[in-house]
Amino acid sequence: MRIPLSITDNIQEWLVSMMSESAASYVAMIIVALIYLGIFAIAGLFLVLIERRVAAWFQLRIGPNRVGFQGLLQTMADALKLVSKELTGTDRADKFLYNLAPYFVIISALMALGVMPFTKEFQAFDINIGIFFLIAISSIGVIGILLGGWASNNKFALIGAMRSGVQTISYELSVGLSLLTMILLTGSLQLSEIVEVQKGGWLIVQGHIPAIIAFMIYMIAGTAETNRAPFDMVEAESELGAGFHTEYSGMKFAYFFLAEFINMFLIAAIAATVFFGAWLSPFGITESIPWLGVFWFLAKTLVLVFLMMWFRWTFPRLRVDQLLTLEWKYLLPINLVNIVIMAFIVWQKLIIQI
Amino acid sequence: MGYFSNIFNGIKTLLTGMSITGKYFLNSRKGAITQQYPDNRETLKMFDRFRGEVIMPHDENNEHACTGCQKCEIACPNGTIEIIWDRGIDEETGKKKKKIDQFVYHLSMCTMCGLCIDVCPTDAIEWGQNFENSVYDRTALTRVLNEPESKVRAGIED
Ligand code: SF4
Ligand code: SF4
Repeated sequence: MRIPLSITDNIQEWLVSMMSESAASYVAMIIVALIYLGIFAIAGLFLVLIERRVAAWFQLRIGPNRVGFQGLLQTMADALKLVSKELTGTDRADKFLYNLAPYFVIISALMALGVMPFTKEFQAFDINIGIFFLIAISSIGVIGILLGGWASNNKFALIGAMRSGVQTISYELSVGLSLLTMILLTGSLQLSEIVEVQKGGWLIVQGHIPAIIAFMIYMIAGTAETNRAPFDMVEAESELGAGFHTEYSGMKFAYFFLAEFINMFLIAAIAATVFFGAWLSPFGITESIPWLGVFWFLAKTLVLVFLMMWFRWTFPRLRVDQLLTLEWKYLLPINLVNIVIMAFIVWQKLIIQI
Repeated sequence: MGYFSNIFNGIKTLLTGMSITGKYFLNSRKGAITQQYPDNRETLKMFDRFRGEVIMPHDENNEHACTGCQKCEIACPNGTIEIIWDRGIDEETGKKKKKIDQFVYHLSMCTMCGLCIDVCPTDAIEWGQNFENSVYDRTALTRVLNEPESKVRAGIED
């Protein structure tokens, strides 16, 4: 099977001129992976900064503005500090699992980025099960959280990890089903196909009412998936210390932290792709300049990220039982009904086409 | 239909909350409450309710209003105030009268509870607005609040 590597084609052609085909494709993959790693490590840091500034503005504060112009280098400095910190551990902890956990979390977050369609060209892997792959990979992260909590030999960490398990198992359903609602419209799991379908209007317009309901459910469940407030029972600073990463320090803590923000970006990016037409510009105003797609993609994603930050700094944390009530008694039944409605709409061709 | 009205009420209250924080977000530039402290050290003024330390104001004749009744010393839950007092002769009446020699205030022990200020019958002590209370030597935290050579304002006891 040959996986289409859109952005790597150029790199690959250049490499093929120097070595054999199979070696070239491996080298090309490694190069792409390094590029993505570099870009998103930095992007994650800037997301942390944005979060802190936005949080400050919500609370009528100013936020970090001392390091660099308007605090632009603040999170870089924080990361440097974390790298220089000692890596501590607990006695009688399971050292192997303890060390493994952060990598699970960060790698699953970074892997999902590979299929994101930033523009028509700028997409590392365009596999035909795109959405399915995303849902699958984004729930692997919870294994890292469970491992981290279990291997820390700390009661707070364990409680946090167990809550995370409960939460992810429940909300995974809603994320999957709300995306499934949209897949009824597109008829394909492949992300490039999904974007192609939206050339005749973004899916949230095409699918009107059920699409909007699906979007709302997706945003709620997605926020829960990333373990952010108001669903941050996993960390719950006021109850559990720092939750599952209580015992982590230095770079390993930074991995957890970064993964949270990359996950938030991912959830927003999936929403932008599935509901708001990924890199398509509104009304096709910049269709002639393809590379502007990156701009539109990031703009849509950041608006959704902002929405999630808005949630976080507005709503108080739910209790565990409220969390489960919300999912099993409200989101899930609504979602199932919504799928039926969407199926009916697609069947009767009640889609709004521009 | 309790189920659906629950949902709509839920959405409504969530949107109300979001509109409030949204307004704050938009106005944060004008109304930020953060002080850029070391930069505006000259102009920074504390608000009236601020409890920095207990002070005893003196007027231009170097007179204070403390009669030495020791109510504040009794009221203080942790022994922060120590009043060293004396008996002097009142010039007008010629009677013996209590007066303070040193009003000792241990800032290091004060919890800023304000009981002493509430209890003082002559309002001789009040809150100071100083917020830079750190010192290198903790003996500097033990203060004598009445100025040297100061005396009680005449007629304050009436
Ligand atoms: S400060 Fe007030 S309460 Fe304390 S001894 Fe003086 S007059 Fe009495
Ligand atoms: S403020 Fe409270 S602790 Fe401080 S001196 Fe007065 S009574 Fe004592």
